[in-house]
Amino acid sequence: MSLTRATLAKDLRLEWRSKDAINSMLFFALLVVVIFSFSFDPTAEESRHIAGGLVWVAFLFAAVVALNQTWARELRNQVLDAYRVSPAPANALFLAKAFGNFIFVIVLEALMTPLFIIFYNLRALGPAWQLPIVGALGTWALVVNGTFFAAMSLRTRSREIMLPLLLFPISIPAVLAMVEATSSILTGEYSAKFWIVLLAAYDVVFTTGCLFLFEIVLNAE
Amino acid sequence: MTSTQTAPSGSPIIVVTGLIKQFGRFAALRGVDASFDAGRLYAILGDNGAGKTTLLRTLAGLNRPTRGSVSMLGSKDLRKVCQQYGYMAHPSLLYDEMSGMENLRYFARLYGIADDQRCAAAIRAVKLDPELARPVGQYSQGMRQRMSLARALLHDPAILLLDEPFSNVDVRSAREMVGLLKQMRDGGKTIFVVTHQATLLEGAADEFVWMEAGQIVDRTPGLHRPGESPVPGQSPASSTEAR
Repeated sequence: MSLTRATLAKDLRLEWRSKDAINSMLFFALLVVVIFSFSFDPTAEESRHIAGGLVWVAFLFAAVVALNQTWARELRNQVLDAYRVSPAPANALFLAKAFGNFIFVIVLEALMTPLFIIFYNLRALGPAWQLPIVGALGTWALVVNGTFFAAMSLRTRSREIMLPLLLFPISIPAVLAMVEATSSILTGEYSAKFWIVLLAAYDVVFTTGCLFLFEIVLNAE
Repeated sequence: MTSTQTAPSGSPIIVVTGLIKQFGRFAALRGVDASFDAGRLYAILGDNGAGKTTLLRTLAGLNRPTRGSVSMLGSKDLRKVCQQYGYMAHPSLLYDEMSGMENLRYFARLYGIADDQRCAAAIRAVKLDPELARPVGQYSQGMRQRMSLARALLHDPAILLLDEPFSNVDVRSAREMVGLLKQMRDGGKTIFVVTHQATLLEGAADEFVWMEAGQIVDRTPGLHRPGESPVPGQSPASSTEAR
């Protein structure tokens, strides 16, 4: 865990200095919020039904921007090779990258959620305390797979296109669970418990799978 | 600096057997057989595309052999002995946004070293200032090369694998680096230097390993191969640069 902490601290420091990921994510998410609000102009009741989808689509697209940046800085000057020749375990690197992306996307969500509430006149009719749980589980589902597939597409020529092509199909169950859970909490029409459990199970399965396979991905030629 | 595990000087520290490395249909290494003794400085020479860098990357465990094997310190699993070698590539392997000390502090952690003094000592060993707060991206090319060497030296490895350490380095700094490499060789380290500036290593290297078309074609104690012009494979420009 100390290696994960050291790598995470290094990534946060690099991001703090360059602001590569957070700036592009924020700008992208802001654009999506504004464009969607002009396109739909919904009533408060309609908003509650569609907001789950809109919010998560915006966060998913914005997360892809950050995920593409994650490994780009390891490719500059081939720094990743320095990690590969060291005795440090591959999983420490993977976890640090996933935690880093989680922090970036959570910060983005924290900044964008008030805007969503204002633009769409949102008020949760269901148990609002479940929203942070859905947010955390959903964000982890996006970043854990995103970090893995971003590493997988690292050595491909058009990696920025490859990432969504790999990530979006495999994220469908998670996105469905996030949207349904969020909509159910906002409308209060049905329970979100099933979707939250599905999200948690998805996170456990894919985190385990990614940790299991990451060493192969890291050392692939 | 002393290494934690070194082979006795004169005994093979690396044995390469029937090494073939293919990238798709292109064979970068075509059956390399060689053994390298401990405590010696090897200069690996050859034209572009001869397979020097591929050989070095394979020794570092960064390329998997298509066929054949590499045995280092008696182990064919290079992960097990990765504490024992340091690798310096042509790119710096450093984060441009961080200072030299910050970079080394991070890489030290990868080797389980939490001592800032070790990082500072490695930086001083390559004649740089550990207090320099400037990010590495603002260093001159020569400073970056030296910091990269410091990173490779950080964990005090028994074997150093250096790819073009003198490229874009001024002659004076390059000579200082050669002096440092000689010192380390005399201290018992085994050093491999891939370079196009062979004349810099004349008088310092114990053996010159000549590569052509993915094979080791000759190994000579001096820079001159018998029956060939004085410095084969050397462009006039690089010879001049070395002077």
